[in-house]
Amino acid sequence: MISAIFAENLTRRFGQFVAVDHISFEVPAGQILGYLGPNGSGKTTTIRMLLGILHPSEGRAQVLGYDVVSQSEQVRASTGDMSQKFALYHDLTVWENLTFYAGMYGVREERRVREVLYELGLDEVQTQMAQTLSTGWRQRLALATAIVHRPKLLFLDEPTSGVDPLARRAFWDLIYSLAAQGITVMVTTHYMDEAEYCSLIGIMRAGKLLALDEPQRLKDSLPGQVWEVYVDPLLPALEMIENHPAVRHVGLASDHLRVITTEGEPIAIVTKALSEKNFQVRTAQPGIATIEDVFIALQ
Amino acid sequence: MTETLIRVSGITKNFGVVRALAGVSLWVKEGEIYGLVGPDGAGKTTLIRLICGALRLQAGRISLCGFDVADETERAREQIGYLAQRSAVYEDLTVLENLKFFAEVRGLPKEEWAERCRWLLEFVGLAEFTGRRAGQLSGGMKQKLALAVALIHRPRVLLLDEPTTGVDPLTRLDFWRLIIRLVRGEKLTVLLSTPYMDEAARCTRVGFLHKGHLICEGTPRELRSRLAGRILELIGEPASLLIDLSRADRQVEDVQRFGNSLHLRVQEGQAEMVIRRLNEAIRKAGGRVHRLQLVEPLLEDVFIVLSEG
Repeated sequence: MISAIFAENLTRRFGQFVAVDHISFEVPAGQILGYLGPNGSGKTTTIRMLLGILHPSEGRAQVLGYDVVSQSEQVRASTGDMSQKFALYHDLTVWENLTFYAGMYGVREERRVREVLYELGLDEVQTQMAQTLSTGWRQRLALATAIVHRPKLLFLDEPTSGVDPLARRAFWDLIYSLAAQGITVMVTTHYMDEAEYCSLIGIMRAGKLLALDEPQRLKDSLPGQVWEVYVDPLLPALEMIENHPAVRHVGLASDHLRVITTEGEPIAIVTKALSEKNFQVRTAQPGIATIEDVFIALQ
Repeated sequence: MTETLIRVSGITKNFGVVRALAGVSLWVKEGEIYGLVGPDGAGKTTLIRLICGALRLQAGRISLCGFDVADETERAREQIGYLAQRSAVYEDLTVLENLKFFAEVRGLPKEEWAERCRWLLEFVGLAEFTGRRAGQLSGGMKQKLALAVALIHRPRVLLLDEPTTGVDPLTRLDFWRLIIRLVRGEKLTVLLSTPYMDEAARCTRVGFLHKGHLICEGTPRELRSRLAGRILELIGEPASLLIDLSRADRQVEDVQRFGNSLHLRVQEGQAEMVIRRLNEAIRKAGGRVHRLQLVEPLLEDVFIVLSEG
């Protein structure tokens, strides 16, 4: 079976700057790949190369079996792209926006437009101007414009930035139903809440792909152990152990500290150090690793 | 005894015929980091704008450090630093010029502002960029400048409206480090709104706004405990079968996907029963269960229940 995305030593330089540095990965069809990384780590450049918009300086990539350089037209015809700043026409209705995008992709059947509106639940707002829609509805319309030409691979750039968990969940239910139809989805996000929704997660830093795996396997591979440490007084304790050699990372979690120990170091070293400085350590219990922990550990 | 710095008592705010806030009361004590969460349109931003005196109340009272926002607006405003969703720094001014401008606006004496600016720029990590135009800063740096601006007059209360929306995780981490240092070192009290539950989980207390009402308040742990024993994690295959069978179970109230796993919310006291029944049903239908067990509820699970209610 052909992979939805196949990249081998994919590299892009801008002058001296290496934006994407020899990344290799493969994504089977129907997966939802979450792509994480700080600003400027190469996420968008990777996606632009996979869309056939930017040419690689080195290496190669295939999308749905098409070479992104020599078959870029086929790549563009079979991929959809929903970017962060939804390029919708505010003074056009939902229906008109979608018809316009359909036309751009050469989709002339009104039936397809109707079908997409219905599938995303947009039929009830089809006569509304885009500018009168709430953020949640605008996101849906942007998604509609990205799938109207029946792409097999969909790129989403921070699709739910700034929306509440309920609206985000409604949006993700749509994404899951697309994935169930065999559409592969690649999504960038800054939010670990959202990363937890993906079936695969890739983490980038400074142009390099540091890891790509299932969320649970990434969490299992976290070096060191997560601990929930209840200690008084809280903030001074955080400050004290921030630079302790046995502490890889420490953060505030409401009424306690979340400590990730350095690999092989027992938590007792940390709690002892706290006790010696007259902090009251109430308990330290093992915690569960999150994608954010993995992300921080890799940076 | 710890002082109550933000005192919101029975406030109501209408925009025309729309009731944005209906009888909201909340207190925030010195040293707290209070997180305001709730669905879009619940009234979070309106509440923050009322607290900083940018909007007028129809009913109720707000006082900051003992000063009434309506009657002693100026004194009340001196107590707060406010960081809006879109940071208001002047893009064509340099970092230092921005700070100087806001120091003057806030009426800081000349002999004081230079020292205060130096300390703030050092604190937020912009000391090397004093001469750079704000428009040339990265998103994260711009936000740090906005934070420095909000702190120029040494407020006791910091109001943050979705401070980290659209910011990458490392910058966000940095930002939280600064907030914690302010609470610890400068004895600041913080009230912030956020759409992100992992962020709410860091706060000392969380208030849940829904349709203009504050329907629930507590530490993240207290909020999570409302659903203790009611969230199951289910991992197995095929996904569609697991979802269908889970939804068909009468004691399963809600099914949510998290990537490769499902979260099921079950009725109180029914977890054991549902686990037994689902295990059997899935096996009978030819599916496989890799894991089906009780898990700690997430704040997100709580958010969803509260938003439905």
